[in-house]
Amino acid sequence: MSKNKNPLTIDATNHAAEGGLLNRRLFLNSALATTATLATAGAAYGQDFIGEGQEDWLLYPGTSTLPYGDRSRFEVESVQRFIHDYSEEFLALRMSTYVSRTPLDHMLGTITPSGLHFERSHQGIPDIDPNQHELVIHGKVRQPLKYDIEALENYPTVSKFYFLECSGNSAVLLNDEPTDQSVNAIHGLVSGSEWTGVLLSTLLDETGVGPDAKWIICEGADNGMMHRSIPIDKALDDVMIAIRQNGERIRPSQGYPMRLFIPGFEGNTSIKWLRSIYVSDRPAMSIQETSKYTDMMPDNKSLQFSLLMDTKSVITRPANTMSLKRKGLYEITGLAWSGKGKIARVEVSVDGGKTWADAALEEPIQSKMLTRFRSPWLWDGSPAILQSRATDEFGRMQPTRDEHIAARGQNHIYHYSAIQSWGVGTDGEIKNVFA
Amino acid sequence: MYLRNLLTLVALLAVAGVANAQSRFGEPATQEDIDKSFWTIFPDGEFLPDGEGVAATGRDLFEVNCHICHNFPGENDPVKDEIGKLFGIKDKSGRTNLQQTIGSYWPYSTTVFDYVRRAMPLTSPMSLSNSDYYALTAYLLYENGVIEEDDVMNKDTLPKVEMPNKDGFIMAYPDVPEKYKAKP
Repeated sequence: MSKNKNPLTIDATNHAAEGGLLNRRLFLNSALATTATLATAGAAYGQDFIGEGQEDWLLYPGTSTLPYGDRSRFEVESVQRFIHDYSEEFLALRMSTYVSRTPLDHMLGTITPSGLHFERSHQGIPDIDPNQHELVIHGKVRQPLKYDIEALENYPTVSKFYFLECSGNSAVLLNDEPTDQSVNAIHGLVSGSEWTGVLLSTLLDETGVGPDAKWIICEGADNGMMHRSIPIDKALDDVMIAIRQNGERIRPSQGYPMRLFIPGFEGNTSIKWLRSIYVSDRPAMSIQETSKYTDMMPDNKSLQFSLLMDTKSVITRPANTMSLKRKGLYEITGLAWSGKGKIARVEVSVDGGKTWADAALEEPIQSKMLTRFRSPWLWDGSPAILQSRATDEFGRMQPTRDEHIAARGQNHIYHYSAIQSWGVGTDGEIKNVFA
Repeated sequence: MYLRNLLTLVALLAVAGVANAQSRFGEPATQEDIDKSFWTIFPDGEFLPDGEGVAATGRDLFEVNCHICHNFPGENDPVKDEIGKLFGIKDKSGRTNLQQTIGSYWPYSTTVFDYVRRAMPLTSPMSLSNSDYYALTAYLLYENGVIEEDDVMNKDTLPKVEMPNKDGFIMAYPDVPEKYKAKP
C-alpha cells in the first residue's frame, strides 16, 4: 500500500477497475483522505490581547440550551427536503402538497433525521389528538379489542432499523429521455430510521385469529382513510404498530400517534394514523391495490400486490447537479437496500458498467435497512459514467435499465429499481444519463 | 368451610378474569367502535349500505361537489386531468400511456363506491348520503361505458356490475411471476 501523500502518484497495484476506481481498502490504510485538510496556519496573536484573531463564538458565552433542539442556523436553508414545484392552480385545488423527498446528497451514514424523512400522504397530514385515537382490531378474531397509545406503551416493544421506500421512487427514470433532476428529486422517496413499536403478532395473539384469516385490512384515520390489504403471513411475521421513530414519538407526517410499519414492503402499505385492522379471508381490493400501486406489464396485464421491494442502490455523491471541481481523489458513496434481507455486495463502475470493483460496505449491515457503500476513485478528468450495482443475500441483483424495460416495459410507475447512471463530463459536470 | 368458600370464590374470580380480560392492556371493542373506524366494502358487496341512486342524480351531485377538481367527460383542463382523470382513456403522453380510468382499468365496481365515499369530496369526505354515493358511483360507471344510464345502483346491483378489465390483473404476492422479472 502506498504511503505517498500525493494521490496522483498512486501506482497500478491500487487500481480495482478501469477508469480510476481504486481498491476499497485504500482509504482505511493510508493518509490520503486527510492530507488535504492538515495544512492550516496558526493564528498570529497580539501582545496584550491573547485572544486576537479568535472568532466571536470563542470570545463570548454561548446561548442557553433549548427544551427541544434546533439545527444550526447555517443548515436550515441549505439542507431541506425536496418538494416538487407544483403549479399554483394545482395547489389551489389540492389545498396542500402531499409529498416531500429526503435530501440524499446531504446524508452520510444510514439514519435519516426524522425532519428529513420523506413524506407522502394522499389527502394531507391530520392533526390527531392521541387521547381521542384508538386502534380497533376486529373481523375474523376470537374477541375484538381496542388499544390507545397508553395501552400500547405498556407492551414489550421492539426497536429495529428499517428503510422505508415509496414504490413510486425513481419512476421518472422510465421516461424516454433522462431528466435533469437531482438525486434527491429522482430517488428521495427512501429513508432509514429506527422504528420502535409493538409487534402486531403480540396484539393478534390477544384477539385470536380465526383459521380462515388470510389477510388483514388496515385503515388510517386521515382524511380519505387510506386502506390496504396485507397478507396474514407477513402480518404475523415482522409487522409492527410503530409508535416511535428515532427515539421520539412518531411525527404527525409519519402517522402520529401510531402507524403500521411493514419492513421491506412498498411504503404505501405501512398505513399511517392506523385505527382499524380487520382480519379477513380476502383482500379489500381498495383503490390503492387496484387503480394505484399496480404495475402494467408489456402484455397489458398488471401486477397486483407487488409488495416486496427489490434490491436497489444509488450513488448519492458525487451525483447529479453536483460537479467535480478538480481532478484527483474522490470518494464515491451511496446507499443500498433490499426488501427481503441484507445487502451482500455492492459493486461500482465508472465506465458505464464495462468493469466493476467491489465497494466497501459500512457496518452494521442490517436486514431491510439502508447500507452505506464507499469506493475511492481517482478521476483523471476524462468522461466517466458512475454506476452502482447491489446484490442482496438471496442473490437478487439490480438489473440495468435496459434489462428492466425488456422484462417490464415502461407502462408502469411502481417498482423501478434498475441501476442509476451519473455521467461525468470533462468539465466535471454530472448529469443523469441512460447507459 | 369458610376457607373452602373463599377458595371457590377465588377460583370463580380467576375464571371470570380469564374470560373477560384476555388482553393485558387492550379493551373490548364494541360494535360502535368497529362501525366508526371500518369503512371497507368488499368486491362481493359485503358491508355495502342501504340506499340507491342513478346516473342523472349523480351528474347533478358531480357538478356541485366534484367538478371544481375533475373534468366532465369531454373537458380537458390539464390541471384537472393531473388531479384525476375520471373518464375515458388517458392520452398517450411520454411513458404515461396508463389507461387507469375506471372503465378501462379498475377491476371491481365496488372499489368506486368504497373510495368515493371514504375520500371524496376532498374537503368534506363522508358529507353526502349513502344514496348520494350510489348516485355518484352510477354516474362514474355510466360515463365510463360500464352500465346503462337508467341502471339503479344499490347493494344488490353494484357488486354484479362486471368491469371490462376484471381479468387484467396478476397476483404478484408472494412473488412476481418469472416472466416479469428483469434478468441481470
